[in-house]
Amino acid sequence: MHPAPSVILFTVSSGAGYGALIWVGVAAAAAGLPPDRWLGFVLFLVALGLITIGLLSSLFHLGHPERAWRAVSQWRTSWLSREGVAALLTYIPALLFGAGWVLLGTNSGVWTVFGLLASGLAVLTVVCTGMIYASLKPIPAWNNRWVVPLYLLFALGSGGLLVALVAGLFGQSLSWLTWGAVLLLAVGWVAKSGYWRAMDDAHGRHDIRAATGLGRFGQVSALEAPHTSENYLLREMGFVIARKHAGRLKGIALGCGGAATLAAAGSALSAGGISVAAAGVAVALTAVALVIERWLFFAEARHAVTLFYGTLAV
Amino acid sequence: MTSLPTSTDKKLGLVIDLDICVGCHACAVNCKEWNSGGHSAPMTDRDPYGAEPSGVWFNRIHTYEVTNDRDAGQSRTVHFPRSCLHCEEPACVTVCPTGASYKRAEDGIVLVNADTCIGCKLCSWACPYGAREFDEDDGVMKKCTLCIDKIYNENLDETDRVPACVATCPAGARHFGDLGDDSSDVSRMVAERGGYDLLPDMGYKPVNKYLPPRPRRAPQQETDTAATPGESGSDVASFLGWVDRMLSR
Amino acid sequence: MSPPAEPHVETSPVVADEVRTTTCYMCACRCGIRVHLRNGEIRYIDGNPKHPVNRGVLCAKGSAGIMQQMSPAKLISPLKRVGPRGSGEFEEITWDEALATATEWLGRIRKSDPRKLGFFTGRDQSQALTGFWASQFGTPNYAAHGGFCSVNMAAAGLYTIGGSFWEFGEPDWDRTKYLLMFGVAEDHASNPIKSALGRLKTRGEAKFVSINPIRTGYSAIADEWLPIRPGTDGLLVLALVHELLRTRQIDLEYLVRYTNAAWLVHEAPGEAHDGLFVRDSEGCPQGWDTRSDTLADARSTESLAATGTYTLPDGGRARPVLDLVAHRYLDPAFAPEAVADRTGIAAATIRRIAGEIAAVAFEQQITLDIPWTDWKGERHAQMTGRPVSVHAMRGISAHSNGFQTCRAIHLLQILLGSIDCPGGFRYKPPYPRPAPPPLKPSGRDEEVGPGQVLPGPPLGFPSGPEDLLVDGVGNACRIDKAFSWEHPLAAHGMLHTVITNAWRGEPYPLDTLFLFMANMSWNSAMNTAETMRMLTDRDEASGEYRIPRIIYSDAYASEMVAYADLVLPDTTYLERWDCVSLTDRPISEADGPADAIRQPVLQPDRDVRPFQDVLIELGHRLGLPAFCQGDGAPAYPEGYKDYIVKREYAPGVGPLAGWRGTDGQSHGRGAPNENQLARYIENDCHWFAPLPDEMRFYKHANAAYLAHAHDMGWIGNAAPVVLQIYCEPLQRFRLAAQGHGAKQPPAQHRDRVNTYFDPLPYWYPPFEETHVDETAFPLHAVTQRPMAMYHSWGSQNAWLRQIHGWNPLFVPVRVAEELDLEDGDWVWVESHNGRIKSKIKITDGCNADTVWTWNAIGKRRGAWGLSDDAPEGARGFLLNHLIGDRLPSKAGDVPYANADPITGQAAWFDLRVRLTKADAPEASEPQFPPLQRPPRVNKDAGPLRYGAQFKQDLNHR
Repeated sequence: MHPAPSVILFTVSSGAGYGALIWVGVAAAAAGLPPDRWLGFVLFLVALGLITIGLLSSLFHLGHPERAWRAVSQWRTSWLSREGVAALLTYIPALLFGAGWVLLGTNSGVWTVFGLLASGLAVLTVVCTGMIYASLKPIPAWNNRWVVPLYLLFALGSGGLLVALVAGLFGQSLSWLTWGAVLLLAVGWVAKSGYWRAMDDAHGRHDIRAATGLGRFGQVSALEAPHTSENYLLREMGFVIARKHAGRLKGIALGCGGAATLAAAGSALSAGGISVAAAGVAVALTAVALVIERWLFFAEARHAVTLFYGTLAV
Repeated sequence: MTSLPTSTDKKLGLVIDLDICVGCHACAVNCKEWNSGGHSAPMTDRDPYGAEPSGVWFNRIHTYEVTNDRDAGQSRTVHFPRSCLHCEEPACVTVCPTGASYKRAEDGIVLVNADTCIGCKLCSWACPYGAREFDEDDGVMKKCTLCIDKIYNENLDETDRVPACVATCPAGARHFGDLGDDSSDVSRMVAERGGYDLLPDMGYKPVNKYLPPRPRRAPQQETDTAATPGESGSDVASFLGWVDRMLSR
Repeated sequence: MSPPAEPHVETSPVVADEVRTTTCYMCACRCGIRVHLRNGEIRYIDGNPKHPVNRGVLCAKGSAGIMQQMSPAKLISPLKRVGPRGSGEFEEITWDEALATATEWLGRIRKSDPRKLGFFTGRDQSQALTGFWASQFGTPNYAAHGGFCSVNMAAAGLYTIGGSFWEFGEPDWDRTKYLLMFGVAEDHASNPIKSALGRLKTRGEAKFVSINPIRTGYSAIADEWLPIRPGTDGLLVLALVHELLRTRQIDLEYLVRYTNAAWLVHEAPGEAHDGLFVRDSEGCPQGWDTRSDTLADARSTESLAATGTYTLPDGGRARPVLDLVAHRYLDPAFAPEAVADRTGIAAATIRRIAGEIAAVAFEQQITLDIPWTDWKGERHAQMTGRPVSVHAMRGISAHSNGFQTCRAIHLLQILLGSIDCPGGFRYKPPYPRPAPPPLKPSGRDEEVGPGQVLPGPPLGFPSGPEDLLVDGVGNACRIDKAFSWEHPLAAHGMLHTVITNAWRGEPYPLDTLFLFMANMSWNSAMNTAETMRMLTDRDEASGEYRIPRIIYSDAYASEMVAYADLVLPDTTYLERWDCVSLTDRPISEADGPADAIRQPVLQPDRDVRPFQDVLIELGHRLGLPAFCQGDGAPAYPEGYKDYIVKREYAPGVGPLAGWRGTDGQSHGRGAPNENQLARYIENDCHWFAPLPDEMRFYKHANAAYLAHAHDMGWIGNAAPVVLQIYCEPLQRFRLAAQGHGAKQPPAQHRDRVNTYFDPLPYWYPPFEETHVDETAFPLHAVTQRPMAMYHSWGSQNAWLRQIHGWNPLFVPVRVAEELDLEDGDWVWVESHNGRIKSKIKITDGCNADTVWTWNAIGKRRGAWGLSDDAPEGARGFLLNHLIGDRLPSKAGDVPYANADPITGQAAWFDLRVRLTKADAPEASEPQFPPLQRPPRVNKDAGPLRYGAQFKQDLNHR
């Protein structure tokens, strides 16, 4: 699949934003965060900012962004529509929660309900995002049980680090949150490695024989494509990345992601709380790792339509 | 809207005979021609005279080679037109967030409403058959309409009310009809010839069917030409004697 | 909550405010089309269901007609060259100036030496006009593109059976039970063949065997594909003949009745009549009547001997043709085992195919209960068919042994008795004609002179040395050396030699080369780079171009435009009158004659004129007699439209056969009818006259048909057409080469004529194979025309060029493995003549010693309105660069054209090459400087949104 920057930015950025929002809601409910207005302001700026940047960037992917409002109508069948609905709904409790915190200086009591509601809807939104991909049968690399958990793990991990960083800036050491993020990221990267191994080992769920129905006669290969020039299908769904190149990128992603996780863990261990510097490094490295991870998520995914163009199996 | 009709009155679709398709691209070009001014007009071509011409086409013709190491006689070249299969359970419709994609309850034709399509391209991701074509200029998804503005068009002669690809196919390799009606010509053809679905495991239940290339006609044994007993041989005199006898009868 | 209602869909939009029929010209198939016009623009083009050629279907090319009309490569006005030739620098001029210039150049030539005009018309569909114009001008130097297309096929057929494949005949598609197709890719009859194969396979009774080095298109759907080595089809066919004789599976009755099998041939080695037919004093061929034991009229006697040796009254000896056939083809040299290696087809397979053919022909014969009468008056209750049919095309003809190979194919058909019988091969009227047709070329030196009209047409069918166009010492009279000792039966001329010969001044220099639709500086030339050089080469002494003046007419900015001094812009096919005539290249069906017209469905939006109108106007300006009335006024003031209606070749016979006579009630023969075109338009622009059942088969011997054909003006008399197994005209040339007769070849040509003019079909290796080292060039290289593209024209077509924007070299698996090549690698392809670089695609569907590519996809950068970085130029390539226009020769060799020694057919497919892996950069070679675009012909860069206007139209309705 074509690794469109807008979609990569969207999923990484809004994922981290929703992750952060989830942690903020939960942390506030657990009375883990003081109702400091500036802390609240920055936390919401970061979380909602990333979410909003992500959502806006996803609009660039559209042929008709001005019609995007129509996208919330088909929630009964469409995960994309559900994502849209969930994303919009999340804003309501999140903004109320933020208003209480930033304007009224309170994040406890009844306000925690908004916080938890925002967290819950954020989880739902991330699940919907994952399901958009996981529900696409023509793309076996997405249409599997790994995808939704990975989206959640990375959203929560990256969001947690962000919250830890912001909290750190305000002198708050949320070690349970830091450890939670570290743990989720560690699990995330281990799971991602497992996913990559599984995808590399996959024999292919669909093959050219079934696509053409010609397998009954022997081995099928494509002699000529319909056109000598590329078309939309190939540009959008025919992206091919060399295995060697992908391997190198996976190494970099795992290196950055692993280093970020270790840095965060190390810092949290040593000083009894993660340092701002360590959190900053971890956030930066995780961002790099996740952009690469997300790029590969698209670039490596083979679409069944490529079978018609000569791919033997996907 | 993207909820599928529970059933459709008809299942209009195509039956494509791979046994006689010669890969001439007539269907693809005539489709492009009709639809350039039709329901989905235009079928934009970008860089039409430049380095990377790339246009919207609803029908594309592939060429495959099939090799069979055990039985070389089964090896063959197959030309393979590919277009929207108007699935009974089209994921391209159900994933659509706006309802622009829909399956008609009346005849099962899968269409896009260009006025409400946001151009998110998700339907093209959901379709394993490559039936969806994004018009970057119009910013909307386009696709085979089964020539909905031709098959019902009362301004045309009744005989012309078939999809362009079917009307134009020189080899007669394309057939149009109601695949939901077991007694229709197309249904009978599918039953007789073992018409099949592409990627049946996807579960989208394509309406269009492909008729496989017919089995090779078994050649006679690789033996000697059947000759009149006692009347064969390369000896000229004997041949001439046979000619004389035959002519003097 | 119920789902919202489905949006409204307009299912009955108005498609057109007017539908006009005309004839397609996106290739040579000439299908009937309907052009649907909306607000004066083309909304849609589809096949005309009532048209006999395509019955409503239309191919990719025809369906892309809109884009041909929209092409940015259309020429806009007459052009005068201002830069050096080949640069493409032009300025626009008026038609007045253009016509005055042409008239001045041509008038000067006509007044001095008309031969100095070479008039060659490429892919012309109006040869009945252009050939006539040439003879009116007085130059013998006229031809269309047949010489480099399929003259072997046409000539071999016309000399053997008085018809041929392609426009002259076809398999009995709906009755045949066994179809052999030789060397056919995309074809002139492209839609009819596709439709017919679809019907044949769906009918399920017939076996379809394709003999072709490449398994594409039709071959892909064959029941059996025989991947023959290029150029060896003749050998395969003669092995089949051997098998049929060996197993006694021939139709003796048919042979004696309808062929020259029982005609006696003189056996007098060394004498002037050796190998000629025994004839009586009136020239009537003789056979040996076994009842009376005497000579008898070979055509009308029943009881002729087909074997033996006979002593003639003068003491000489003679044998019937069949006796010669038996001696020739029962020879072990034609046994399947003997040919298997060379052809690449196993002996057992050849024997099996022969057996299958014989079984179908003789055990599954079909009879139609249609009584008919043969030319002798004998009534037959039924029509009997040997349902084995054959179709063959360029893969056979584009070899230097193509004429004899094609004769071999006809021999096979004749022995089976399957010429014009149910289930076999069928003639399309106006064929059959006498074999060969009684039309001789004119243009001998004594027939050409200042201001003089040629006494006949420039092209024809020589039946002996006396018909050649050579001077007293045996040198060619024509610039292309057609009808000379080098290529005596060059019935379609030899366009492929014109530029070389004119540049060399051999046999004489030209003053002006006048070309129409012939892309001679690119894909229509052999040895393309050298051809471009010759077109621009100057005489050292005078500084003048060696081909001093070039006039070119084309509708589009093809590569050739850049090499013209004066460009006469033509219209598109939708903007003109045309006729598709029985007297030219017919579109008839076996069931009846057909012809057609083109009518303008659009008016040109630029300063262009139909070439035929221009030619007629030039004819008048030059004072050519037939184009002027007695008072000097133009004979055809309305141009071609007028000519089509008024011109008469013979009393009552003109370009169009339908609705003749002043009342429009006559067909075939009748006075010119001024309403004829209107009648054609009423009838969807075509005329089709189904033959009555009794005339539909055995046309060569069918009394009713022959009488009808004579009435219609197709044949000079109602005599039967006797199938010529033994081709006496060839023997006449051979005798001359052996030193007999008044006209003999110069010494250097004698061996060649003596060798190749064998009156019985035989096989010899294609010339290039014997001239180059086969181990150095181990592979064959051929091209095929893709079904979605017709020569160069498709490259400017925004739709078709998406399908074929560049071409790979297809390499068989065996060769790829041997050279360690992978898909997408680049290779050098080298021949004796040069080298090119191309990208490869490995294929399983190809003869193991053959590489191939699609024809004419590669383009010169800057041509055809394409951008300079278009894939046609960057990655596309032509094989033409590798193909010599002359045979590879050593010092002292006669520099013969790379062509068939009999017909002069260009031997495109004789090419031998070797491959080596090439390194970067990834671009095809050779590359030439981009051509400058003619004024106002510009690349159209923006997205093409054709059709959007019709949608708006809908919304506003």
